Amino acid sequence: MLSEPMRCDDVGTLLAASADDPTLLSEPAALHVASCLRCQAERAQYRSILRVMKTLRNDTVTVQPELLGDVLDLVRPPAEVVKFRRPGSDRRRAAIGGIAAAATAGAAGAIVVATRLASGKRLAS
Amino acid sequence: MSREIDELIEQAKDGSHIAFEQLVRLTYQDTYTLAFRLTGDEEDASDVVQETYLRAHNGLKKFRGDAQFSTWLHRITANCANTFLGRRGRNRTDELPDDSVVIDLNPASDPVHRADVGDLRDQLTEALRSLPPKLRAVVVLRDIYDLPHEMIAAELGITESAAKVRLHRARKRLRERLYPMNGQFDAETDGDEEAHAV
Repeated sequence: MLSEPMRCDDVGTLLAASADDPTLLSEPAALHVASCLRCQAERAQYRSILRVMKTLRNDTVTVQPELLGDVLDLVRPPAEVVKFRRPGSDRRRAAIGGIAAAATAGAAGAIVVATRLASGKRLAS
Repeated sequence: MSREIDELIEQAKDGSHIAFEQLVRLTYQDTYTLAFRLTGDEEDASDVVQETYLRAHNGLKKFRGDAQFSTWLHRITANCANTFLGRRGRNRTDELPDDSVVIDLNPASDPVHRADVGDLRDQLTEALRSLPPKLRAVVVLRDIYDLPHEMIAAELGITESAAKVRLHRARKRLRERLYPMNGQFDAETDGDEEAHAV
């Protein structure tokens, strides 16, 4: 008994599936395509798209300039991250150090003045 | 290049951070390109790339060299992008509609007038961006990056048959988009499979 001939709608999905592997097209479907200009055109379109898709493999998209640095910071061991600290951090550290030094000097001065005042009072009495 | 990468991988496995950094330098543009194709957004792609290299760094010892290093990275990128898009999908409510097939009746859009391959590349790039992320991921990984169906399925967390169905549907949509005169969007079968594919 002869099987029913396939229609374009039945073959459509198979054409998409077999764009990169013609063996996926069953024999009845292949017979239909061989005699149907519409399906042949559709198959040619899938193949054309696939060819262009393959050429996209060698394209690269422009990368944001800071991305490489961000990735490297993520995978660097902690000690090296400290070593490559941003310049802003160094400035902040210097500022904090300066404030601490000024505070220490101020405190030392206050102690000296207080000591002298105390010894002056002892002499006067 | 491949030999250089193999040597760097061995050194990185032995603990050389400089070797791993060199691997990053050699591959990050390609990784970013894939991430961008999968997410369709620069910021998202950058996040995916960072996550990818973090995972690659932590899992490098598991890389046995059965596949190429680039394939291994592509798999991680696909997995990260899938996770990222899933998370984003849950958090965002302003997603673009998936089914944006435009039927262009302008004679200038006739395929005969658009035979130039460069033109087709541009249109294809646009058409890829217009695909829903689930379909785009499969067709990009299969038709551009040549990943096998089983790998794609594994990284996207779906069955192999679902990956194939998504691939066929994505190709169909691309064809309908690029050759609109003889393509009709098959809306009725679309929703049914989506439910099975996940």
